[in-house]
Amino acid sequence: MAFLTQLLFHPFTWYHAHQLLAGQMGVDGLLALSIWLTLYSGQLTLANAGFMAIGAYSSVILTGGTTSSGPAAAGVHLPLPVAMLIGVVLAAVVALLIGLPVLRLKGVFLAIATLGFGEALRFGLILNLGITGKGQGLNNPHATLTSGIMPIWLSLAILAFLAWRLTGTKTGHAWAAIREDQLAAAAQGIDVARYKMVAFVLGAMVAAFAGALGAHLSFLIDSNDYTFTQAIDMLIWAVVGGIAFVIGPIVGAVLLTILPEVLRFTQDYRQVINGVILIAIVLFRPDGLFTRRSGTGQSGWFVRRWVTVRRRWPSRRPQPAPP
Amino acid sequence: MRNTIQQLLNGIFIGSIYALFGLGYTLVFGLLDVLNLAHSEVFMLGAVVAYSLVALHHVPFLLAVPLGIAAGGLLGLVIEFVALRPLRRRGAPPIAALISTIGLALILVALIEQAKRGGALSWLWRDGANDVQFPAGKVPDRIWHLAGLTLPVNKVAIVVITVALMGVLAYVMAKTPAGRAVRAVAENPRAAQLLGVNVDRVITITLVASSALAALAGILFALALNDISPYIGRDQVELRGLAVIVLGGMGSIPGTFIGGFTLGLLESITILTLGTDVRAVGFVALFVMLILRPSGLLGRPATERV
Repeated sequence: MAFLTQLLFHPFTWYHAHQLLAGQMGVDGLLALSIWLTLYSGQLTLANAGFMAIGAYSSVILTGGTTSSGPAAAGVHLPLPVAMLIGVVLAAVVALLIGLPVLRLKGVFLAIATLGFGEALRFGLILNLGITGKGQGLNNPHATLTSGIMPIWLSLAILAFLAWRLTGTKTGHAWAAIREDQLAAAAQGIDVARYKMVAFVLGAMVAAFAGALGAHLSFLIDSNDYTFTQAIDMLIWAVVGGIAFVIGPIVGAVLLTILPEVLRFTQDYRQVINGVILIAIVLFRPDGLFTRRSGTGQSGWFVRRWVTVRRRWPSRRPQPAPP
Repeated sequence: MRNTIQQLLNGIFIGSIYALFGLGYTLVFGLLDVLNLAHSEVFMLGAVVAYSLVALHHVPFLLAVPLGIAAGGLLGLVIEFVALRPLRRRGAPPIAALISTIGLALILVALIEQAKRGGALSWLWRDGANDVQFPAGKVPDRIWHLAGLTLPVNKVAIVVITVALMGVLAYVMAKTPAGRAVRAVAENPRAAQLLGVNVDRVITITLVASSALAALAGILFALALNDISPYIGRDQVELRGLAVIVLGGMGSIPGTFIGGFTLGLLESITILTLGTDVRAVGFVALFVMLILRPSGLLGRPATERV
């Protein structure tokens, strides 16, 4: 409780006591933004932990990170912004190559394939390449620590603003149309494949950017920070916050990152509480915390929860006629 | 040569566990289009219950196995009533059920990893996040030696059990009224309901059966590798199970069978040829399979889901 009162009434004191947590919150907000981009266009992709790793490892290697047996890339000492830019561009290229085959998949299949990409990247490359320390992780002597926090929050604010403005553009409308009904969107002449790819690549770039920023909050990066669990965490933030607005996932990320600190008194059972919150959100607030009021006049979650509850299941999409 | 054959045999042993685990995944996915991510924690809990009965309560192993399976079945009821049925009632999309099963999985892992000596759950688990082994002599551990190959009896039994269960399940699904009801619900729940099938009961029974299979797979895994911890579900089989059902074709029982053994053998071959970490194999296979043939080896062509 002291944590909360301090946060609310003495934010500056709080900030000085919890700088790294504040940085982590910003990074998580960026990650939530990255998964929001694909979710908003109706695609459940879980590759962002992999792109995050690409950004993190590139930025650390290029700024002179060291493995246990010497410098990862001898003689390379780029300034951090340049290294981050290279990481982000690399992630964009990889996303483009991966996206070409993978984005044809839908729903759960897309989720599994992108998850497979993330884990194959981690187990296949990061744990086996000399340049990434073969699973020993990399030392990052050029970590920026606390001086990196303001840039993180600043870039989160700017990117969130840009993403919000993007929803009002042609691209944003195309994403929403694809999310609501891909076939109808295609029938309206929207280039579905292209707009999906734009969302996927943008998401990958933001994730790589967040990964690079996050990596420089610490003197050591470890492939265990970029697992399946990290991908699922991003999804959880987005679900808790709701994907109707860009602010939803960001608030979800910030809240759930800070929650363990607020719930210190529960100590070891934090994950139990996380699980309960997750189930409760899905059950009682299925569209997340921030939802768009529907255009029917009688909107709000109460009506959706209690009046229109028994509508969709077990009806399904029309099945193809047997041959 | 002998080493090669031994490795391939090991691939078959471990592959049959993957197949058994994937079976429950695929049953639920075929029925509901829901990826039940709590499945791997039922696997873990099956192993934990069997371990606690054998090591803490001195129950004979052969009695602990059915009790562990029963515990898995009960957990299936919990999944259905807590994570799935309320969402189905509201017509939530399958992605919502994916999230709620993740929530359940988080809770189960956390409960076990926090169970310490003297805690409220110490009758079930006392070792926190640590790995434990079955006490020596309490579980079958005889080893056959055949033509220079090492054949642990329990691993051979695993293959036999898996093959037998696959046969039984394939028969039940194809020939019995219960199997027909399951297939009807999978095809179209509303039509099935109109034709007099109790849809909720079919789903509940499937969840129980699927979870019982996961618990059995967990017990067999614990027996074969002699390694039990709160994380065996999450780290060992969760994603491999996905690879298995994607390889075989999601929702296909014979496909899962083939997918399990394929993954086990692929991992063995990787050890033989590259000698490296085998965990990447499943993901590479999964990724390639989804791109080349998303419907898997034996699946129906993927229609639009979600």
